[in-house]
Amino acid sequence: MKLGIVVFPGSNCERDVHHVLNDVIGISAQYVWHMEKSIDDYDALILPGGFSYGDRLRAGVIAAQSPILEAIKKKAEEGLPILGICNGFQILVEAGLLPGALIKNVKLKFSCKWLEMEVLNVNTPFTNLFRLHDKISIPIAHGEGRFVIGDDKLHDLYENNQVVFKYKYQNPNGSTEMIAAICNEKGNVMGLMPHPERASEPILSPDQKKSNAGLIFLSLKNFLSSYIKN
Amino acid sequence: MLTRKEETYLQKKLGRKPNLLEIDMIDAEWSEHCSYKSSKKYVRSLPSHGKRVVVGPGYDAGVLEIGDDDVITVHIESHNHPSAVEPYGGAATGVGGVIRDIISMGTRPIALLDALRFSSLNDENKTSKSKWLFKNVVKGIADYGNCIGVPTVAGEVEFDDSFKDYCLVDVAAIGLGKRAQIISNHADEGDQIVLAGNPTGKDGIRGASFASKLLDDEEDRSAVQIPDPFLEKLLIEATVEASKSNCINAIKDLGGGGLSCCLSEMSHLVEKGFEVDLAAVHTKVADMSPNEIMISESQERMVYIINRKKLSRFKEIFNKYGITYSIIGKVHGHDNLNIHFQGKSIANISCDLMVNAPLCYRKSKKPGYLNRTKKGIEMYKVKDYNSILLDLLSNPNIGNKDWVFQQYDHEVGLRTVIKPGANASVIRVNDNKFVSIKLDGNSKHCYLDPYFGTLGCLSEACRNVVCTGAEPIGIIDHLQFGSPENPQIYWTFRKSVEAIIDFCNYMKVPVVGGKVSFYNETMSSPIKPSPVIGTIGLIKDRSHITKCVPTFGDTLFILGKTYEELGGTEYTDSIGYSEYGNVPKVDLEIDRKNNSAVLALIQHGLIDFAHDCSKGGIGAALAELAISGNVGIDIDLEKIPNNCSRHDYLLFSESHSRFIIGSKQPDRVKEILRSKRCIFSEIGEVQTTKILNLHYSRKEIINLPVNDLACSYNTINHIMDGT
Repeated sequence: MKLGIVVFPGSNCERDVHHVLNDVIGISAQYVWHMEKSIDDYDALILPGGFSYGDRLRAGVIAAQSPILEAIKKKAEEGLPILGICNGFQILVEAGLLPGALIKNVKLKFSCKWLEMEVLNVNTPFTNLFRLHDKISIPIAHGEGRFVIGDDKLHDLYENNQVVFKYKYQNPNGSTEMIAAICNEKGNVMGLMPHPERASEPILSPDQKKSNAGLIFLSLKNFLSSYIKN
Repeated sequence: MLTRKEETYLQKKLGRKPNLLEIDMIDAEWSEHCSYKSSKKYVRSLPSHGKRVVVGPGYDAGVLEIGDDDVITVHIESHNHPSAVEPYGGAATGVGGVIRDIISMGTRPIALLDALRFSSLNDENKTSKSKWLFKNVVKGIADYGNCIGVPTVAGEVEFDDSFKDYCLVDVAAIGLGKRAQIISNHADEGDQIVLAGNPTGKDGIRGASFASKLLDDEEDRSAVQIPDPFLEKLLIEATVEASKSNCINAIKDLGGGGLSCCLSEMSHLVEKGFEVDLAAVHTKVADMSPNEIMISESQERMVYIINRKKLSRFKEIFNKYGITYSIIGKVHGHDNLNIHFQGKSIANISCDLMVNAPLCYRKSKKPGYLNRTKKGIEMYKVKDYNSILLDLLSNPNIGNKDWVFQQYDHEVGLRTVIKPGANASVIRVNDNKFVSIKLDGNSKHCYLDPYFGTLGCLSEACRNVVCTGAEPIGIIDHLQFGSPENPQIYWTFRKSVEAIIDFCNYMKVPVVGGKVSFYNETMSSPIKPSPVIGTIGLIKDRSHITKCVPTFGDTLFILGKTYEELGGTEYTDSIGYSEYGNVPKVDLEIDRKNNSAVLALIQHGLIDFAHDCSKGGIGAALAELAISGNVGIDIDLEKIPNNCSRHDYLLFSESHSRFIIGSKQPDRVKEILRSKRCIFSEIGEVQTTKILNLHYSRKEIINLPVNDLACSYNTINHIMDGT
C-alpha cells in the first residue's frame, strides 16, 4: 500500500501529512512533485494544505493548471481515492473534480481554531470507520474556506449523499448549510477544509483528549487493505 | 546621512575622497540601524556564553544546542518605522526578514512570535490611527506567516498612549536543525557569489537610513518594501534542500542596506574579498543605477557563496523551485569589496572599514521626570471591587488576544502543544523534547524605572516559561528606545542593558540574540522605553508539560510575597495615576528560588497547573484561571503573604516572582516548598459552582459568575469586530 502526497510550490502541510501517515497511522506515503506526469504507483493520493502559488488570483486556481492535474483527473475517473485537505480541497474544486466554490470567509479574516464537525456519510473510503452523526473535534486554518454552491447543485449534493461532514454548533466561515467536506458522485474524491492531520495525535489537541479525526486516515487504510486484498 | 565627523574619518581611512556610490554604501552601513554605533559599546558586555551556546549574538541568528545534536536557532527583529507608515507591508516584511535570518544558518524555521505595541484602542479621538495600525499589522503578519507555513505560536500585545500614531512590531523566529548542518560561513578563493530571489527593484531605497531617524510628517512610503511570502516559502525550501546537499559555504539574507550591507558584512564574516559585477544582478526594471542596485531593499533576496564544483547541484535545486538567481561575482583577495559596472570598477572599499563604523559616545543623563514621579499614591477608597476587576479584564492589555492569535495559523508543522494565549507556548521538537517560548515587555514599568522595569520583563518571561515545565536556557532581547542623541533617553537605554547583564549573570542564562532599535519617535514624542525580552526554555520530558487549566479538586497555592508595588500597574494607569508609585522590584535570589521550586514541583508530578501573576495582579490571574478552566474559584485573600495596606492594592499589585499553582497533592506541595524555604500559602480551592469568590476572611470582596468574567475578558473582539 503506497500513498502519494502531491506537492505544489507553496504547499505547506505536506510534511505534516507525511508524518501522520508514516509515523502515526502506519501507511507508507511519499511526496509527488507537481511536475510529475505519471502517478501509476500510488493506491491513493492526498493533496495537502498550504498556499500553492501563494493563493494568487484565487486559492488553488493556479495549481489546478499543473501538469499533474491531468493525471489526477484520469485517476479520479478510474476510482482512485483522492483526498484534498484545505488548499487541496480548493485545488480539487478549481480543477472541476468537486462542485461548488470556496470563497473568502464571511468575516474576511483568516481563522485558525478548533471546532466540532459531524459525519453525514460513512460510505466513502475516508469515513468507513465512523458511525453516522459521529462528532469530531478538529481544527480549521483558512482564509478562503466558505463553501458556496447554487441551490440546484446543492439539491444534487444531498440527493447523491455527497455532503460528508458539516460543522456543528458554529459556522466558522459562512459556508452554505455549514458544509465542511463534500465528495464526488462516486465518493472516491473528497475535499475537506479542516485539518485531520492536526488532530491525529492526542498531544496536539487542546485538551489532550484523543480526537477521532485520525479515523479519516484509518478509514482510508481500512478501505485500501480490503481493496488491495480483493 | 553621514555626519561631518564621519566624513572626515572616512576620507582619512580611505586616503582619498569617496565617490558617490561609496558614500551611499557607507551611509547605509554606518546608519544606526546597521552599525549599532550608539549601542555597541554596551551591548557587547551582555553575557552571551554558556554550555548550550553554539553561536552567540552577532551572526544572523543565535544557535543553542538542545541535546542529541539538535540545535535551535533564534533571532528577533523589529520593523517599527515601516509598519507605522504602511502597517500591512511593514509588518509582513518584518516577518520575512527574521525568517531569512533563520534560514541563513541552514535551519528550517519552525515558529514565529511577535510583540506588538500600539496606542490605546478606545481612544475617543476620531483621528487615532491605532485600530487601523493594529488591524493591518496583524493582517500583515498573518498573511505572511500563514503563507510560508511557519506557525505564529506566541506573542504579546500592549497598548499605551506613548505609541500614539506609531507602533512597534517585533518579530522573533525559531529554527530547528542538526548541529552538523549549521552553515559554517566560510569562503575560498574563486567561490561563486550568487544572488537569488526577488529581482532587485526601486522599492525600499534607503530603508536603513529611514529607520535611523525620527518619523516625520512626510511619511516616506517608498522606503517600505513590498512583501512576497510565496517567494519566501520557495527560498526556505530551496535553501534547506541546498544546505542538506552541502552546496553552500556561506549564506546571508539581504535586509537593511540591501546588497551593500549584505556583501560588506558577509565579506567581513568570511574574511575574504569580493569582486562583484552589478550588471549581472537581475532587476525589476531596466534603468536602475548602480547606486540603486546597491542600496535597494527589495525583499526575499539571499546571497549564497558556492563552491564552483557544487554550482550545478545548487542550480538544479533553485531551478526546481523556479527561483531566479544570478551569479554576481566571485571571492577574491582578503578584505576589499570591489564593485564593477559595465567594465569599470566603481567602488572599492575595505570591508573592515565598512562594518566598523566609528562608535558614537553618547551623553547620558537621568531624565527629569523620574525625579518628579511620586512614590506614594493617594487614592480614593474603593467600594465596588467587582466593577474594577471587570474593567481590568476588558482592558486589552490584559484581556483575551484570540482576535489576534486566530488570524495566525498557529498549528501548521504539528508542533504546537501549548497554543498561544497561555503563559508561554510549547512546541514539539520530538516526542520527548519540547521548547517553551515567550516574549514579554512592559513599557509602563520601564518608563517609571528602566532598570527594574527591564529586570521585571526578564523575570516575567522566565516565569512564564517555567510555568509550562521548562528550564530557561536562553534570552533574546530587543531594546527599543527614542533617539540616542537625547541624553535622557540614552540613560534609560543604559539602565535597561545593566538590568539584562545583572539578570543573566545571576541566573546563568545567556543572551543568544538581540537587537537595538533607536529613533522610535514621532514628531509629538518619543516612545516609552520598550525593551522586549524573549525566553527560550527546554522541556526534557513529555510528562513535564504543564498547562494552565485548573480542574475541580485542585487546592490553590500562591508562591511569593505581594508587595505594595502599584507603580506602572494596569490598575493605577486605568484610573489616571500613570506616573505614580513604586514599580515592582525583582529580588534575584527569591526569583531564582521560586522558579526552581515550581520546576521541582512539576518534575515531581505534583501540580496540575502553574500561572504567572503579572499584568492586573492576583485579581486578573485568578479570573484568567477561572475562565480557562471554566470553573469556580474560592480564595481567602487574608491568607496571601503581603504587606499591602488596602484590598485593591493586594489584588492588583504587579509584584514579581509570584505563581499561583494548583495541586491535588497539597501536603507534598507544602513539604517541598517548605524544604526550599519559599514564602507561600494555601489560599483556596477550585469549586463546581462557576463563581469567582474572593473574600478577606469572611468579608466578600469579589463575587462574579465566570461567564461575566469571560464576557469582559473578550472585549477586544467587540472593539475590533463589533461582535
